[in-house]
Amino acid sequence: MELFKPDFGLIFWMFVAFAVLFFILWKFAWPVILKSVDSRADLIDKGVEYAQNAKEQLDKAQQTADELIKSAQRQQADMLREADKLKSQMVDEARMAAQAEAQKVMDAAKASIAQQQKEAEEALRSSVGAIALDIAQKVVQQRMADDKAQQQLVDKLLTEIESQN
Amino acid sequence: MKRLFLIFAALLAIACPRAVASGHDDAEQGPINPKEIIFEHLGDGYGWEVPFDHHHRIPLPCIVWGSDGLHVFSSARITGGGVYRDGDVEFKLGGKDSEYHGKIVEIGPDGKETRPFDLSVTKNVCALFISVVAVVAVLMALVRYYRRHAYRAPRKGLGFVELLIDFIYGSVIKSTLGKNARRFAPYLLTVFFFIFAMNLFGLIVVFPGGANLTGNIAITLVLALLTFLVTNIFGNRHYWKEIFWPDVPLWLKFPLPIMPMIEIFGMFTKPAALTVRLFANMMGGHMIVLVLTLLIFIFAAVSAVAGGVATAVAMVFSVFMLLIDVLVSFIQAYVFTMLSTIFISLANEEPHHHEAKPVE
Repeated sequence: MELFKPDFGLIFWMFVAFAVLFFILWKFAWPVILKSVDSRADLIDKGVEYAQNAKEQLDKAQQTADELIKSAQRQQADMLREADKLKSQMVDEARMAAQAEAQKVMDAAKASIAQQQKEAEEALRSSVGAIALDIAQKVVQQRMADDKAQQQLVDKLLTEIESQN
Repeated sequence: MKRLFLIFAALLAIACPRAVASGHDDAEQGPINPKEIIFEHLGDGYGWEVPFDHHHRIPLPCIVWGSDGLHVFSSARITGGGVYRDGDVEFKLGGKDSEYHGKIVEIGPDGKETRPFDLSVTKNVCALFISVVAVVAVLMALVRYYRRHAYRAPRKGLGFVELLIDFIYGSVIKSTLGKNARRFAPYLLTVFFFIFAMNLFGLIVVFPGGANLTGNIAITLVLALLTFLVTNIFGNRHYWKEIFWPDVPLWLKFPLPIMPMIEIFGMFTKPAALTVRLFANMMGGHMIVLVLTLLIFIFAAVSAVAGGVATAVAMVFSVFMLLIDVLVSFIQAYVFTMLSTIFISLANEEPHHHEAKPVE
């Protein structure tokens, strides 16, 4: 049967046709086509990769921004707390300073009072001495006259002193 | 749909009287012989048939190397049963009872027919050239597109061609051959497009097509032979070692080389399988359509009613079969390319590194 017997002429021409076709395509078509297909595939791959990177970076940037905001808030709260602390500290310090000042004033007042008291005591003592001497003088003067009169005199003098005081 | 139906009806109306007329011719020539008609259509021929005309053919050059040298003449000289005489030698087509039926034979002085060395551009050879031109034209159009538009995908027709290239190159060649893909892609893609073009041209019933190319064993044999050559020429050391000294117990290969014999046998069964698969699939498709068409004439010889019914049924089934054949054209081109890729990749495999088993 003819169909199952390969014909030599056809085999020969098939070789020729295939060789010609392969040569033309190998020389002019496939390099361009394959390069184009490959480079476009590469481009698409790169594009996808780029987009993924961009998304990642965007996510990262978002995260950083969130963190920054959070830390800024924390800082703000810290600063507020610090200011509060500082304020109360300052108030405390002012109060303490005022107390110290008041104490100093009081101390000075006490010291001056003590001084005055001392001076008064001394004055009193000297005046008591003088009075005592006076009385003693008068007692000595009256002694000669009368014991009774003497007694009366002392009493009178003492009353005098008492009324003086 | 309605318009399609109208066209179909009009075609039938035109074809019917002619069919009846040719039926009369056939009646004069005797009963139709389906087997002869089928094999005439499946086979090769000198000159190309013209639709609706049994007597004229498009003449093609006959190139034969006879007993006294080269002879080139038009096929029109012999196709009508004529005898071409050039000097002392005479050529004609082998008769029905001849050993070389339908082929050019040289008639010796004693009337004995011998077959000359025949390199004629037959119908199949001419179809082969048309396929080559078509493939080159389409792919060069794509190349021109790529040169003009870098990084832009083509649309419509060229987009479909690129889709095919991408499909074969991306999902068959690259995924099977890996880093060797670029090396073998030109051959494999050429094979794919050539087979696909030949398959599709075979489905067109009139002039530029109609030649049963891939359903001819000579064509598929050459294609398989090329794959065989590529596989074995570019096979690496590991491939040859696997053939002559495979990794099997010694008694399987030493005194009696059982495994090497099987492997060498396998080398040849692969291209044989390629040859027969493509050939049988494409020839089968053509044969079914031819048989369905012949049913019309067989039933028309019985009665007019049976002929009419057979016509309607045969037309529907023929169209259906031709549509399936379009699918088969693609699938067979794809399968041939895929198998070639696998054979080439098997011959280029790197040896397996036996990894140390983990200690249990």
